[in-house]
Amino acid sequence: MQPEKSPLSREPAPEMIRDRKLYREMGLTDEEYERVVRCLGRLPNWTETGIYSVMWSEHCSYKNSKPLLRRFPVDGPRVLQGPGEGAGVIDIGDGQAVVFKIESHNHPSAVEPFQGAATGVGGILRDVFSMGARPIALLNSLRFGSLDHPRVRYLFSRAVAGIAHYGNRVGVPTVGGEVCFDPRYEDNPLVNAMCVGILDHRDLQRGVATGEGNPVIYVGASTGRDGIHGATFASEELSEESEEKRPSVQAGDPFTEKLLLEACLEMVEKNLLVGIQDMGAAGLTCSSAEMAAKGNAGMVLDLDRVPQREPAMTPYEMMLSESQERMLLVVEKGREEEVRRICDKWGLPSAVVGRVTGDGRLRLLHKGEKVADIPVQTLTEAPECVREGVEPGYYREYASFVPEAELVDLDPGEALLKVLASPTVASKRWVYRQYDATVGTSTAVPPGSDAAVIALRGTEKALAMCTDGNGRYVYLDPKRGGAIAVAEAARNVVCSGAEPLGLTDCLNFGNPEKPEIYWQLAGAIDGMSEACRVLGTPVVGGNVSLYNETRGQAVLPTPVVGMVGLIRRRDHITTQDFKKDGDVLFLLGETRAELGGSELQQVITGRIAGRPPGIDLEEEKRLQETVLESIRRGWVSSAHDLSEGGLAVALAESCIGGGRGATIDLSSDLSAIAFLFSESQSRVLLTTSPEMAERLETFLRERGVPVQRIGRVGGEHLKVRLNGTAVIDADVQELAEVWEGAIPCAMNPSSMS
Amino acid sequence: MMRFAVPIFPGSAGMDCVRAVEDVLAQPVDPVCHTQTDLSSYDAVILPGGFSYGDYLRPGALARFAPVMEGVREAAAKGKLVVGIGNGFQILLEAGLLPGAMRRNDHLQFRCDFQRLRVETDRLPFTRDYRAGETIRIPIAHGQGNYHCDDETLAELRQNGQIVFRYAGENPNGSVDAIAGIVNREGNVLGLMPHPERAVREWMGSADGVRFFTSMLKYWRESGAA
Amino acid sequence: MIKATITVKLKPSVLDPQGEAIRKSLNALGFDEVTGLRTGKTMEVWLEADDPGEAEARVKAMCEKLLVNPVIETYSFSLEEGK
Repeated sequence: MQPEKSPLSREPAPEMIRDRKLYREMGLTDEEYERVVRCLGRLPNWTETGIYSVMWSEHCSYKNSKPLLRRFPVDGPRVLQGPGEGAGVIDIGDGQAVVFKIESHNHPSAVEPFQGAATGVGGILRDVFSMGARPIALLNSLRFGSLDHPRVRYLFSRAVAGIAHYGNRVGVPTVGGEVCFDPRYEDNPLVNAMCVGILDHRDLQRGVATGEGNPVIYVGASTGRDGIHGATFASEELSEESEEKRPSVQAGDPFTEKLLLEACLEMVEKNLLVGIQDMGAAGLTCSSAEMAAKGNAGMVLDLDRVPQREPAMTPYEMMLSESQERMLLVVEKGREEEVRRICDKWGLPSAVVGRVTGDGRLRLLHKGEKVADIPVQTLTEAPECVREGVEPGYYREYASFVPEAELVDLDPGEALLKVLASPTVASKRWVYRQYDATVGTSTAVPPGSDAAVIALRGTEKALAMCTDGNGRYVYLDPKRGGAIAVAEAARNVVCSGAEPLGLTDCLNFGNPEKPEIYWQLAGAIDGMSEACRVLGTPVVGGNVSLYNETRGQAVLPTPVVGMVGLIRRRDHITTQDFKKDGDVLFLLGETRAELGGSELQQVITGRIAGRPPGIDLEEEKRLQETVLESIRRGWVSSAHDLSEGGLAVALAESCIGGGRGATIDLSSDLSAIAFLFSESQSRVLLTTSPEMAERLETFLRERGVPVQRIGRVGGEHLKVRLNGTAVIDADVQELAEVWEGAIPCAMNPSSMS
Repeated sequence: MMRFAVPIFPGSAGMDCVRAVEDVLAQPVDPVCHTQTDLSSYDAVILPGGFSYGDYLRPGALARFAPVMEGVREAAAKGKLVVGIGNGFQILLEAGLLPGAMRRNDHLQFRCDFQRLRVETDRLPFTRDYRAGETIRIPIAHGQGNYHCDDETLAELRQNGQIVFRYAGENPNGSVDAIAGIVNREGNVLGLMPHPERAVREWMGSADGVRFFTSMLKYWRESGAA
Repeated sequence: MIKATITVKLKPSVLDPQGEAIRKSLNALGFDEVTGLRTGKTMEVWLEADDPGEAEARVKAMCEKLLVNPVIETYSFSLEEGK
């Protein structure tokens, strides 16, 4: 039966929506609209059309990616909560668990970078504390175009400022992440924000509405007209018209977020909650629908009770608003007063806006009229799209491309300087100096090493965490690239002394309706899944961001992995800097001529081509377990994983960070350029004291890990000889100046900032 | 036992100070709600860092009118030890308990770093366990740490030995005379932008903040107030 | 109802790095004729009051007590009737 029409007669009537296909503006296709009509058994009104359009948008429903995401391994003996809730939860012993997730805010950051990035941080914080966990760290993975362009400098500096603004004010330290630059991100920057939190098992919450008659309570900032159709916006390509969509970017208030965080954790502590969920994408619509669906229940909401900050808001506007810093709670009947008292204490608006029902429907009331009546389950069951992936032409061509040919004659010393000066490799201190990494007094390893480490008070334990993404390798070979993204992230936490526990992923891709993009997506997921299985790191949550393209140009297909690992004892914490003159250097793993997709290739030729490095996951696993065991036995002074720029860059970074040089003697059939800049996987640079060197080397060989003793730490130069010939002789101070100066120079004051 | 109060305003990062006192001194320390006016049972007050009231209007401008500031003024007037760290320093300036004002960093960015500081005097309750002229490493984390005062005030501060800490090496925010921390004329109210409570264990990157707290305890014990 | 529009500025003797940075950006965009720029803030305050003289005194008190930091800022304001 048709719900009564709202007195807001300016909204189009159901017949007009159908006849003029107005639903298309909201992002629904003709087929999807037909399906909505079938779900309801009648024509939807404006509010109902809006609700279906956001719930069935890619951003909320994952309709294009769900069939593929099912391939991820999500289980494990320590997994307490996999994908499907605010964040993933993994047991870390002693009745505690780590909670974490990564999320994208790409489209908003392209249009309004400060608020886009800031609200990305706000959203991911809420996802973590909605699980009942106290956030203890933030990380972010950023990708921009070339810093030669003023607009890119603008997007980059404003995004970093926005992240700093929000994270610093909420009082959660920003301790790690990555920043990469590539022309393919010029019009579509990637801004992925990750949050890590801690809880006691008994405090674990879920976003679920159960118990007929239980009150539904809205807590947090009042609702305005910001961000309406933000979810739909995130599900489309960008164009010049996107500039007009600026109101789709919300403004965040970190002060309110801090109060909201404390209020929610107080409610958790007092055991007040039946269910709690963040109002993020698609705001009140998504939270109410998902909570009801997960609880196999229904909900009735009285929109007159919703705290509003603008006059005459329509039901459509209230349901679709993406105003920030809001949560939806369900508590047991009778406990509403306790919630109100806590909210009042923290100065937060709150209101009982509805109750849980048993009829499986989402019913909305406004000014005494019923303005929507929808079967809840249909909202969370968007029609999935299974598409065809098609291998692109470039992939076939690159099979025979030999990257080394155009690079092998370079002078290694000059090549090193060029690569160190490349913004992707250069020091990111310009960025992380703007982030408060010390608040909370728990940061054992701040930004600047392979992974960040947070100490867990009251225990001997610590958590290592990092974000690692990879657009180039995935572009050149999605399956291999996906596996490498996972392997590298795990390798980074291992080098900090941690056992990788699990990961969260953010998949940043172009338009999945294009067969080549879909091929990239499917391949990457397959590669990641295999690596997760072999390395024992389940995917406990994540995010997909599609349609990252402008004028038909897609970004490099970029999965970003957020990995968390557990360090058993504080004295296992390891960093990448060389520690002491005389320490012995070991190179673990096999080096092959693998320059496809390498930093050197990009810097010298201006493009990437060929196949990316190969990866043997069993070899990787053996390497990681052995390195971790070596660290645990106290035999390791420094550990650094090899990635962009290969061995040369890893050596330079460890020298610069340690403020000391090294003398290296290599022997190989490979050319100097190939050996030094190849990005072969499963390699780590270890140093140890002279007394431990033999024991370590024996252990590594016993475990079947390829190992070469390559030199010693000492002096003020990085000296590398290959087969007896000097190939690099660089003053560490000079290397430091190039590496540290690259980004500040690129951002110099004559540019727009 | 020396009793510490750490007033917590909406937006404060107060627990860092609470934990530092607990871990370093093992003395009783209470996080105190900003609405509580009576601090007479405490021997020392630490106004913590963070972003009280979101730094709205000006950092510390709203916090200065919170009820608890009544208790803070009283403690200061009675000669008890009052410390303002980061945002706490900003609150003391807005409240007029210390002279001058705090402005945005001259390079306009938030700056978080381990900073070298010179301890200018070891005669104060807060610095006895340091050596005058010593250089220590303490983290800074602020967007508005650019201390400003007029020439007259600066001359007075210098003359009276009220400048307690200066930035050594690079001046991270443009503060006049590289001032990182000052004390009132009576010597019992100290404000500083760097965070000693974030440098109390080597694994944090530096433990140079320990002596900041031990100095206060030592002073309190020796002053007969114990 | 009286509306006060309050302008808060930095004292002339105080350096304004933000103003400098913005001026440089304008110059870089081709607005070479800009030789100086100072930033400040504007607040609009609505008062339930009828007497302009009284309102003026009250707004002055607000500025002195809270809205302005006299160490580094100066202010001015204007009043108008109605909403």
